[in-house]
Amino acid sequence: MPSLKDVKMKIVGVGKTKQITKAMNMVASAKLRGAQARIEAFRPYAAKYHDVLAELSTKVEGNAHPLLSEHEEKKTCGVILITSDRGLCGSFNGNIIATALKLAKQKESEGMTVKFSCVGRKGRDAVRQAGYEIVSAFADRMGSIDFSLASTVAQELIRGYETLDFDEVWLIYGEFVSMAQQPPKSLCLLPLKTPEADEQAAPAETGPHCEYIYEPKEEQLLAELLPRYVNVQVYRGLLDTSASEHAARMAAMDNATRNCNELINSLTLLYNKTRQASITSELIDIVGGAEALNG
Amino acid sequence: MSTLQLSVVTPDKTVVSEAVEMCICPGVAGEFGVLPNHVSILSALKIGDLRYRVNGKDEHVFISGGFADMNNNVLSVLAESAEKAADIDEARAKAAKERAEKRLAEKSETVDEVRAQAALQRAVVRLQLARS
Repeated sequence: MPSLKDVKMKIVGVGKTKQITKAMNMVASAKLRGAQARIEAFRPYAAKYHDVLAELSTKVEGNAHPLLSEHEEKKTCGVILITSDRGLCGSFNGNIIATALKLAKQKESEGMTVKFSCVGRKGRDAVRQAGYEIVSAFADRMGSIDFSLASTVAQELIRGYETLDFDEVWLIYGEFVSMAQQPPKSLCLLPLKTPEADEQAAPAETGPHCEYIYEPKEEQLLAELLPRYVNVQVYRGLLDTSASEHAARMAAMDNATRNCNELINSLTLLYNKTRQASITSELIDIVGGAEALNG
Repeated sequence: MSTLQLSVVTPDKTVVSEAVEMCICPGVAGEFGVLPNHVSILSALKIGDLRYRVNGKDEHVFISGGFADMNNNVLSVLAESAEKAADIDEARAKAAKERAEKRLAEKSETVDEVRAQAALQRAVVRLQLARS
C-alpha cells in the first residue's frame, strides 16, 4: 500500500504534465490555423499553374523536355523526405518514415541506389540510422518554410536529374486531408508527369482555343515552367507536412491530456481509499486502547 | 468602359485581384500591353514593373519574373514574388542591392554569378519602383 504522501506527490506530478500537454495542444492549434491559412493562400497559385501547364502540355510532344523523358537505365533514385523537426506528435513522423523506407527497399530490390534529401530533423535522423546516403539535409527549417526553401531543395534534384545523377525522384510527405487524417503520401516527381486538364470544365467555356499566342515558343516556355512546377509541388509538400504536423500534435496532446485526467481520477480514488484505510486503522487502535483501559 | 479581370498571385498570397482597364506586362520578349478581350496569350515574364490602369490611374507592381496567362478576358500573372509599389520595403531592397554588388565584385569561385545578377536586378527594379 503506497503512503498518503506518495500518492499526493504523484497526483501533483500528473497535474503538471497535464498543464504542459494542454498548453502544447493550444500552441499546436494556433500554429495549425496559420499553416492552414498558408495552404489556402497557396491554392490559387497552384491551381492556376496546374491549368496553364495542362493547357501547354497538350501542345507539345511527350518528351519535349529532359524533365519529362524517362531515363532508359535506372541506377539511382532520389527521395525527398519531408518530416517535422520535433516529436510529440503521435505516429505522424513514424508513418512517413516507414513509407519512405519501404519505398527505398523496393527501389533497392529493383537494383537502384537510393539517396535521400531530407527536410526536417526526424526524417534525417531516421534515414541516417537506416544507413542510406543523405545528399542534403535541412533541419530546423519547418518553422519558417518559404518558397525559396522549396526551390533550393528541388533545384538540386532537378540538376541531378538533368546530369543523369538521378534517374527517378520521389517526394514523400504528410498529406493534410483533415484534422483527423494525415496519411503519408509518396509522389513520383521526376520524370515529371504533366497534369491532365479537367475534362468536364475545359471545353464548354473556353471555345476555340487554337489561337493561343505563346511567347517565347512552346518548348522554351515549357523549359521555363517545368522546373518551377517541381518547386510548386515541393512547396505544397512542405505546407501540407507543416499543417499535418500541427494537426497530429493537437490530436496527440488532446489524447495525453485526457489520459492525464483519467490518471488523476484513479489516483484521487486511491488517495481517498488510502486515507480512509489509515483513519480506520487509527480508529481501531484508539477504540482498542480505550477497551483495554476500561477492561 | 470595358475591363479585364487582373489577378497577380504568388505562392504566399494574392497580390492584386481587380477589374482593370489595361495592363502592361514585362514579357521576356519585350513589354506588351493587354487590353480587354485580348486574344489568348501565355508569356514568360522577366523581372520588372507590371503596370495596370484602374479608373484612369496607373498602378505599379513589382514582379520577380514568372508568367502571364490571358484567357477569356482574365489575365492571371503568376510570380514567385510580387509587391505593389507602395508595399516595397526600400531599406531592404537597398541592402539587397549592396549585398549583390559586393558578391559580384568578389568574383570568386563560390559566387553564383547568375544568381547574384538576378538578385541585383530585382533590387534595382524594386528601388526604382519604390522611388517613383
